[in-house]
Amino acid sequence: MSLTPTSQPIMPRLKRDTLISLLKKGNRIDGRAPEDYRPITIQLNPIPKAEGSALVKIGDTMVMTGVKTEIGEPFRDRPFEGVLQVHAEYVPLASPSFEPGPPDENAIEAARVIDRCLREPKAIKLDELVIIPGRKVWVIFNDIYLIDHDGNVVDAGALATMAALNTTKLPKIIGIEGDNVVIDRGVRETPLPLSLNVVTVTLAKIGGYIIVDPNLDEELIADARLTIGFDSLGRIVGLQKMGMSGFTRSELDYAIDLAFKKAKELHELLEKVLKNPETASKPIV
Amino acid sequence: MEKPVLIREDGLRHDGRRPDELRPIRMEVGILKNADGSALVQFGKTKVIAAVYGPREIHPKHLTLPDRALIRCRYHMAPFSTSERKSPAPSRREIELSKVIREALEATIFTEYFPRTTIDVFIEVLQADGGTRTAGLTAASLAVVDAGIPMKDLVAAVAVGKVDGVLVLDIDEIEDEFGEADMPVAMMPSLDRIVLLQLNGVLTREEFRNALELAKKGIMEIYRLQKESLTKKYLMYPEE
Repeated sequence: MSLTPTSQPIMPRLKRDTLISLLKKGNRIDGRAPEDYRPITIQLNPIPKAEGSALVKIGDTMVMTGVKTEIGEPFRDRPFEGVLQVHAEYVPLASPSFEPGPPDENAIEAARVIDRCLREPKAIKLDELVIIPGRKVWVIFNDIYLIDHDGNVVDAGALATMAALNTTKLPKIIGIEGDNVVIDRGVRETPLPLSLNVVTVTLAKIGGYIIVDPNLDEELIADARLTIGFDSLGRIVGLQKMGMSGFTRSELDYAIDLAFKKAKELHELLEKVLKNPETASKPIV
Repeated sequence: MEKPVLIREDGLRHDGRRPDELRPIRMEVGILKNADGSALVQFGKTKVIAAVYGPREIHPKHLTLPDRALIRCRYHMAPFSTSERKSPAPSRREIELSKVIREALEATIFTEYFPRTTIDVFIEVLQADGGTRTAGLTAASLAVVDAGIPMKDLVAAVAVGKVDGVLVLDIDEIEDEFGEADMPVAMMPSLDRIVLLQLNGVLTREEFRNALELAKKGIMEIYRLQKESLTKKYLMYPEE
């Protein structure tokens, strides 16, 4: 059952008036302009034990994605495709309001939004992950781990996921006997087949103002949020409205155009990091 | 299963509808005795009932909000509602949909009129043939009215899809499964406010704009039917 959130800190509500009066002048509480992201850093492969990994910081929000692969069976209705599983964990070390336990609705929503944004434009070529048609395929486990929470987990999670998938190499298959596929996890050669990159841009609406990349204070007092996924071809690959209010159609039009521009910047940043991992990828932890 | 022809040569859809045509819709308000408000909504073969209990006391007490009512919402599919039996345990999909439906209702209910209470909204999908979240939300909003809870506006919802390259209104299960995009939209129609928006698929920005326009068109018709079903239940004409 989904409940009105009750465990929200009380402070942000008191900050609401301050935030709105700042927005009237085109400013934000941390000095950004309404259409600015916080500084973004990407570290590739912080977890060499994983088949692929990335750590992303957007401001103080820190998200790690690790990719693990296994040999498994395809879904019955998709016998000639590999399997992709996207999960998100909001672990208690990331925020005083998180508790141990199975993922809550927010974590499930974030994971499912990112999952759809990858799946729909076929960012991962699942049809190239078949080992024995109809019987054995690669199963890709993409686990998004929120480590420090200061808002906009979806964008950080999507960016970490895309970076991690780009670094992923599949373990070597050393033998197939009947239905038994033997792999050597020590040898990883084949990169995960990808067709394009996907990023998400999240905007928040606060008292009629639209801002990009809300931090936690902004997120908590926002009337509503909108996450838009864009692939590298500039197509919309996912949408999710979140929060307890709505958007007018003109606000949506403005949000989509703004998000399109910001998505381009994120795609460029990701490309830069992936092309020059030595210089552009910064160690964070 | 092979991909069927979704847009026929005559431009109509696999079930004979025009691209901008809704399925036959049925709405009944106040169908349950126990619930404070209830409604049944059918879009073609999709059949959903919603019940509202409240405003009522909250258990456990610590969930109480001092300045407004709590809203609790559960979207749930009956095990027999789908072709393959659906496990009755809540799936990740149902948890997500319960959240987006609750958030859409939060936008319209005057929760500040009922502090320290809860409004419980239960949606049961009895038969699923595409568009269950939108039918569920449409039913839930009728059930809230039936419970006598003040709202800013009704919520009417429909899913727009893209199938064989054509934008179509109110997609069913086949169109969802084999189409290129599924975009559920819910609005408060009189206030022209979008309170639920999701996209599962790929659209250009131009297509998105047209899809939203198409959704609005369907929503206005659903809104009319909602008001009609409420009128049928609540408007009394003096008999001879």
